[in-house]
Amino acid sequence: MSGLDQIFVWIGHRAAGWFPASVQPLVSAVLAIAGVMAVFGTCFALTTLAERKVLGRMQNRFGPNRVGPYGLLQPLADAVKMLTKEDIVPFSADKTLHFLAPLVLTVPVWLAFAVLPFGRNMSAINLDAGILFFFAVGSASELAVFMAGWSSQNKYSLVGAMRAIAQMISYEVPLVLSVVPVLMLAGSLELNDIVAAQGTYTFGGLARWNVFTPWGLAGLILFLIAATAESNRSPFDLPEGESEIIAGFLTEYSGFKYALFFLGEYLGLFAVTGLAVTLFLGGWHAPFQWLEWVPSWFWFAAKFGALIFLFIWVRATLPRLRLDQLLNFSWRFLVPLSLINLLVAAAWYWTGAWKFPVVAPIRWLLCAALIALPYHWLGRALRGAMPPPRKYIYAE
Amino acid sequence: MTPSLNQYLVLSALLFGIGLAGALARRNAVLVLIGLELMLNAANLNFIAFWRFGPHPEKLMGLMFVLFSIAIAAGEAALGLALVIAIYRHRRTAQVDRFDSLKG
Amino acid sequence: MLNEIAFLLCAALTLAGAVAAMMLRNLVHCALCAAGAFAGLAAIYLQLDAEFVGFAQLLIYVGAIAILIVFTVLLTRGAEIQPGAASSASSWWKGVPVGALVLACLIWSIMASPSLVRLPSPNVHAPVKQIGEQLMNQFVMPLETIGLLLTAALLGAVVIGLREPRTSEPNS
Repeated sequence: MSGLDQIFVWIGHRAAGWFPASVQPLVSAVLAIAGVMAVFGTCFALTTLAERKVLGRMQNRFGPNRVGPYGLLQPLADAVKMLTKEDIVPFSADKTLHFLAPLVLTVPVWLAFAVLPFGRNMSAINLDAGILFFFAVGSASELAVFMAGWSSQNKYSLVGAMRAIAQMISYEVPLVLSVVPVLMLAGSLELNDIVAAQGTYTFGGLARWNVFTPWGLAGLILFLIAATAESNRSPFDLPEGESEIIAGFLTEYSGFKYALFFLGEYLGLFAVTGLAVTLFLGGWHAPFQWLEWVPSWFWFAAKFGALIFLFIWVRATLPRLRLDQLLNFSWRFLVPLSLINLLVAAAWYWTGAWKFPVVAPIRWLLCAALIALPYHWLGRALRGAMPPPRKYIYAE
Repeated sequence: MTPSLNQYLVLSALLFGIGLAGALARRNAVLVLIGLELMLNAANLNFIAFWRFGPHPEKLMGLMFVLFSIAIAAGEAALGLALVIAIYRHRRTAQVDRFDSLKG
Repeated sequence: MLNEIAFLLCAALTLAGAVAAMMLRNLVHCALCAAGAFAGLAAIYLQLDAEFVGFAQLLIYVGAIAILIVFTVLLTRGAEIQPGAASSASSWWKGVPVGALVLACLIWSIMASPSLVRLPSPNVHAPVKQIGEQLMNQFVMPLETIGLLLTAALLGAVVIGLREPRTSEPNS
């Protein structure tokens, strides 16, 4: 458990040990940053490939298989293509903002990784207000999207940016609200404390992850839906809906800047996935007690990979929503449900004091009913309240 | 060497002066609101600085005030900008010196 | 020394952002510069060991208020530079003297009080837990009032922003 588990921590300590004591904190910080950037940079390359391969398989075709064995070198070819393309700035564009937008998107996203615990003793900084930091640095991405869309001076860009901002604002509310029950029950905003709170085992060594509680399960589903929308992925990809508005706010970007946007979007997805793993799936803890000998960072990576696969699967499955459906879905369905989920978390907390035989299943079913019934009623009510199918006045 | 209290206060005063001058001089309603926000932020900086340099930082009084002030600023901005949009819809302008008639 | 440099950098960012937000011609640039000024202030809060407030400032000012301002600018067609935009300079004679006067008063009173030249109390930190406990005990009434106020503001903004059916114009 100790040797392989702490190997990265040990390597970091040894490497920092070669330097004089005065610069050691700086060196270990730089090492942590370099480690995170290397791992998630590679992860970005692999995910772009995996996404295309998996999508291809799901659509009954091969996906990229020309470059290298099984197409494994495809990301390299993509990188060469992206970086050698001509960087075109439109004549009427606002040059400064057009240049700054990809940087404003990408740089803060890297910061979000600073608070995620990737394994035992493996988080870059322990911030007292870690979750708040995570969402605070994420808030810059809306401005970046606006800068990209507005500075291009292209109507498709502007429409795409406006859609993206409306979507991000609408889905940030359920995203944050679905996190709140976790904070309430763990009693801390620090991600390491939240992971530690999920570190015990019940019935026959099953882990006490938040996802195994009714509010945790509902919270994870709400969180994943909102995260899909926040990172502009299908079925919420209408800011970049290529069949409607070319490429949305990315229309006037090419070459390196486009690659930066691409990187920024995937990194945002990774950060939010890492947060989902940390908050709901027990972070780096093993699912069963007898699996504790497996290194903690492996568990984090496995859960992370599973969630990324889920995102790809959803992308291959669901069609794109319309803008009014998208906004209605958030404000009329997700936000009320996540507010109700807060109440469920409170009920779970109070029923924790109950003492009588077979309390655990009763408690579980009671709290599950508290969230499942509103889900059912809300769904029924919304089906009646939905506007009639849109009439296309000009298209017919 | 760390900055002393009066440096923070000078920064806050400068911010307040800039916000005030801008709010009085610019005629677009949105810019007037930005000026107001800058002045509010200058006040917040004062609270934080006095909290940090004050005799009883463990009581968190200044911090609390700023938290509430930020919340109010959010509400104020939302309402003010909604007003600007509503007025723009009636008068087709967002210049404050054109809002000179009480009859909509 | 390092603290001093960090402070000067953040202060320069904040002041430059504020001046640019008030001086620039294009309203979108103004809004983005204001966002820069707010972010600089958040950095100064962090330097003053007020982590929670700094992150809240970043979340609310940069993430929400700046976006609101930008949206309003676009909805009121403020982004299009008016041909007679230079006329906005003509009203500077009203604003700048007042601002300068207030600034001079403030700076003079700050400089005239020697008790303000002091160093911070050591080892201050504001743990989130303590902030939460205070919000739930000592400040519970203000907290509830804020909740009420924000709800009222939300409803008010929606009501004001709603398009009235009879005034809707064909071209909009």
